[in-house]
Amino acid sequence: MTVLSWTAPAPTPTWYLILGAVLFGIGAVGVLIRRNPLVLFMCIELMLNAVNITFVAMSTKLGNIDGQTAVFFVLVVAAAEVVVGLGIIVSILRRRPGATADDLSELKG
Amino acid sequence: MELVVFVVASAMVIGGALGVIFRRHPVHAALSLVLTLFGVAVHFVAQEAHFLAAVQVIVYAGAIVVLFLFVIMLLGVDTADNLKIDPLRIQRPLAAIVGVAIVALMITAIISDRDVGPLQPGEGLDTAQVEVVGDDDGLRVTDTSDANIKQLSRNLFGTHVFAFEFTSVLLVVAVAGTVVLTRRDRRPKESEGAAS
Repeated sequence: MTVLSWTAPAPTPTWYLILGAVLFGIGAVGVLIRRNPLVLFMCIELMLNAVNITFVAMSTKLGNIDGQTAVFFVLVVAAAEVVVGLGIIVSILRRRPGATADDLSELKG
Repeated sequence: MELVVFVVASAMVIGGALGVIFRRHPVHAALSLVLTLFGVAVHFVAQEAHFLAAVQVIVYAGAIVVLFLFVIMLLGVDTADNLKIDPLRIQRPLAAIVGVAIVALMITAIISDRDVGPLQPGEGLDTAQVEVVGDDDGLRVTDTSDANIKQLSRNLFGTHVFAFEFTSVLLVVAVAGTVVLTRRDRRPKESEGAAS
């Protein structure tokens, strides 16, 4: 009498890498199709999170802690970038309220 | 069990990401971003990166998204008519093609190279949660549940201490620069000329 048993497969680092790739693609599509500057910025944060997932997955796969240190630095730089980017968006939208990414296509203030 | 955690956390990540790019109201998009960030934090815990999960929740979901919401409330950004019209008619289909192409390219590279080893030996990643210490009493095993923090801090403050100090300079520069960038130009009015 044969007994069928199925053990659930454990997630390998490759699964996390594919998840990071899909999240990065979603963020890239968001940057291309959204016109509100704040939501555009949020899609950039999605791409940064995809890179963080990739770094931690590679850290697990290669047995090296350097990937997690890289995530730490990416987090710090992302925080600094959000501060400066939102400052720029605030100063631009204060001058031209209701501007979208299409209206901001020229560098003049 | 790990499969269940992976599927649920991935559903949170992908669902939140789709919410960010498809919701019209910016506040709804910000809340979807919080869902994505929590899903990513769960993935970090599942891979034994506990410190990064905590920092991710505190910094990303707790500070950066709050900053986004502050700016949305400050500017009173209306619901942009995003999903109806587009100046370039070909932009949406082209964006979809480019997105699919990017994801397909990366998945191909991932799957074809999944058995490649490391290029050079590096500092080991110890997920055993126990530490063997040797002192005058001989070798004994101590249970350290913060092995991840210890390893990460040893690497961060040892090998990469210069970059760490540099990021502190970066944060100060970013904050000071933003304060200068967003100052309003205040000129004294004519009636207050006696004060200057």
